[in-house]
Amino acid sequence: MATFRLTVNGERREVNVDPSTPLLWVLREDLKLTGTKFGCGISACGACTVHVGGVATRSCIVPISHIGDRPIVTIEAMAVDPVGRAVQDAWVAEDVVQCGYCQSGQIMSAVALLKSTPRPTEQNIEESMGGNLCRCGTYPRIRAAIKNASAQLPKGGA
Amino acid sequence: MVATAINRRGFLRVSFTAASGLLVSLYLERNALGQDAPKPPQQPKVFPPDAFVNIRPDGKIVIQVNRLEFGQGVQTALPMLLADEMDADWASVIGELAPAADVYKDPLFGFQFVGGSGSVAHSFQQYRELGAKTRAMLVAAAADRWNTTPDKCRAEASVVHGPNAQTATYAELAPDAARKPVPAKVNLKTPAEFRLVGQRIKRIDSRPKCNGSLKFGLDLDLPGMKVAVVAHPPVFGGRVKRIVDDEARRVEGVRDIFEIPLAKGTGVAVVADKFWPAKQARSRLKIDWDVTGVEQPDSAELWTRYRQLGQTPGNVAVNRGDANAIDKIAAANRIVAEYKFPFLAHAPMEPLNTTVRFDGVRAEAWAGSQFQTVDQIAIAEVLGLKPEQVTFHTEMAGGGFGRRAVTDSHIQREAAVIAKRLRGTPVKLVWTREDDVPGGYYRPMHFHRVEIGVGPDGLPVAWRHVIVGQSILSGTPFESLLVKNGVDQTATEGAADTPYNIPNMHLSVHHPKVNVPVLWWRSVGHTHNAFVMETLIDELATRAGINPISYRRRLLKPEAKKRLSTLELLDTASAKWRNSLPAGHALGVSCHECFGTGVACAVDVSIENKRPKIHRATVAVDCGIAVNPLTIESQFQAGLGFGLTQLVPKGAITLKNGMVEQRNFDGYTPPYIIDAPAAVDVHIVPSSEAPTGCGEPPVPVISPAVVNALARLTGKRYRMLPLTSL
Repeated sequence: MATFRLTVNGERREVNVDPSTPLLWVLREDLKLTGTKFGCGISACGACTVHVGGVATRSCIVPISHIGDRPIVTIEAMAVDPVGRAVQDAWVAEDVVQCGYCQSGQIMSAVALLKSTPRPTEQNIEESMGGNLCRCGTYPRIRAAIKNASAQLPKGGA
Repeated sequence: MVATAINRRGFLRVSFTAASGLLVSLYLERNALGQDAPKPPQQPKVFPPDAFVNIRPDGKIVIQVNRLEFGQGVQTALPMLLADEMDADWASVIGELAPAADVYKDPLFGFQFVGGSGSVAHSFQQYRELGAKTRAMLVAAAADRWNTTPDKCRAEASVVHGPNAQTATYAELAPDAARKPVPAKVNLKTPAEFRLVGQRIKRIDSRPKCNGSLKFGLDLDLPGMKVAVVAHPPVFGGRVKRIVDDEARRVEGVRDIFEIPLAKGTGVAVVADKFWPAKQARSRLKIDWDVTGVEQPDSAELWTRYRQLGQTPGNVAVNRGDANAIDKIAAANRIVAEYKFPFLAHAPMEPLNTTVRFDGVRAEAWAGSQFQTVDQIAIAEVLGLKPEQVTFHTEMAGGGFGRRAVTDSHIQREAAVIAKRLRGTPVKLVWTREDDVPGGYYRPMHFHRVEIGVGPDGLPVAWRHVIVGQSILSGTPFESLLVKNGVDQTATEGAADTPYNIPNMHLSVHHPKVNVPVLWWRSVGHTHNAFVMETLIDELATRAGINPISYRRRLLKPEAKKRLSTLELLDTASAKWRNSLPAGHALGVSCHECFGTGVACAVDVSIENKRPKIHRATVAVDCGIAVNPLTIESQFQAGLGFGLTQLVPKGAITLKNGMVEQRNFDGYTPPYIIDAPAAVDVHIVPSSEAPTGCGEPPVPVISPAVVNALARLTGKRYRMLPLTSL
């Protein structure tokens, strides 16, 4: 066990866990932030996507000891992020979700995409969203929602 | 699945408590499964406190949903039906997933479940009647208050209006309404009077699923809760011979390690304070497994065996006209086709899980279950309780596709066995992805052999068809209902009942016994049967030089109304893009009916990076009254993507020496965004007929449509799945 000091959604948090514990399980079980989902544990499905130091990251394979001082942002903070809010609103407007289990990860990937590329092409969307599985298959509506969100954002991003 | 005629009578039970408002309970007495099927327990009846409608003092109207929500949109659709007849303000409606209880059993089948795309179809009348009766009681209470009669009052958006411009809200009226008699009969709205039904209503679970606040079963966190994982045998039915667990027990946070019985064989449970130590400890277990006397199937051997079996007729499902007509047709006028379908895992995004707490006298369980009644009984059995001593909460589920409707309740049994040992402590059992992918309960592997005799007009005159695959239902409580004369109807549905006009048809089935647990996989037999039928019909159309839509319309019997209506709509809806395809693109068409819903599909496909690229799909749907056209559109758009599981290159579960070769999404890889259609437009046939399901019907049509397009591009027919090379 070791103590780790983290910045999660702008707040300082401290956890005492085994250094090998993936960020995902620290978020879910120690910090009770269950919006980030467990799907596969091998970074193949994207359900666990969060932002670490501003980069979309699969939290299921990153040991907590590798985080350092990089800030962590999860789905729970998206409502107060201008791009995050636009993406969530677009997701609701386009009625994207079905079972909804993968959508935290989809939204985190979409927010990362729109922060770097506010006007994504179809190819940008396919590349950035390419590793996020949706077993229900909501992909056509995910495409539509990303374009919808993009249209709501100022041209230079937020 | 089947629709069974029923004899039912129902009554409403009403009570009132100051805390929770108007409570309406509906209890249906029934003999639902027929004579030879298992009957639901007769006594005692459980009446949960808030049976279906609870008008809270703050005006919120809480409606209990008697189904699991796992993406299909029933948490929105059933409250829409009730709220429409109730004239409730939709903005105040909350849908809750009901726990296991007699009152929430399916009105047709007598147990609580989601399956057969029946949630809206079976509860359409039920939820509307509940709404109409609640409304009538509220209006009667208002009429009393104003010394008038109900016919002089009208209700709108949770407010009753009196003849002299009086108004009272439902929340104000609820206490008096609860004392009114429940009307025996109510008039339901005509479609023209619907206010919600037929509208594109957004899902009520959307925002909480977009901001991370919605709790799925796996997110459950109870005080003092432990997490368990189980080491399962490498071969189905294997047993623990020896456990070396010293290293595992040294993992900090591990509380207990012990052998448990499984549905087949035995395993080792690891209980820890949290998930990560449990998983770490499991990986450090050294277990010797005993697999003596256990069949160790091998996919290559199964294929050889199935193919051999398929050369001779099996148990007869269809014998129409002259069974040997095919033998009289010249070889040049025959098509002989053999198909291979692998085992498929459901792999819902949320790993399977169940939480149980047992205090010695009662138990409480939490699970995203499609089979609440069955799972509740299973937990009770393991714990030596009566079912009603197990409070069973229905948790929101991250997908399921049939995987949460398991007749042996193996997950719940594992959880209950562990909870029994941990008496007093709640324990959450998690099946990791490495448990789920190789864990069995697959869509069965199938072989088909079809011989078709083609007449001079290009239409089929003779059809001889042999299907080989494990029976899903033999040995389950459904056997007596759906396995007849050695034919499991879930293996033949979509082929044996084909409405294509084939005068001489013989279809038979072999059901080999194989040591791989199998299960219904979204749309069940239609996954393979629609593929076989729709690719062969397409081949016949090409051979006859007739366009694939016209050919189908010509060959369908007039009684295939829903296929004909969708083909007609598809013809116009896809005309523009169909007739102006760019070079290198091809059209693929398919048409199918299942669970009462007709679907026709057209796709625009090219080949990119040696894979099919689906630029667009147009779908026409005939599902009776479209309760929520937005949900239907969404189900079809996304369901096509699910259906593509059987075309993606890693869409197969294979076995070697009894062991499943895939462990996770790296080996068994469902479709990603790149594999799915880029755009899908959905067109609904206008209808005033009773609604039919939309959960499963999207799945069967897409794969045959795509390979039919590929056949136009390459000249090859694709019959061996998954599609590993073009």
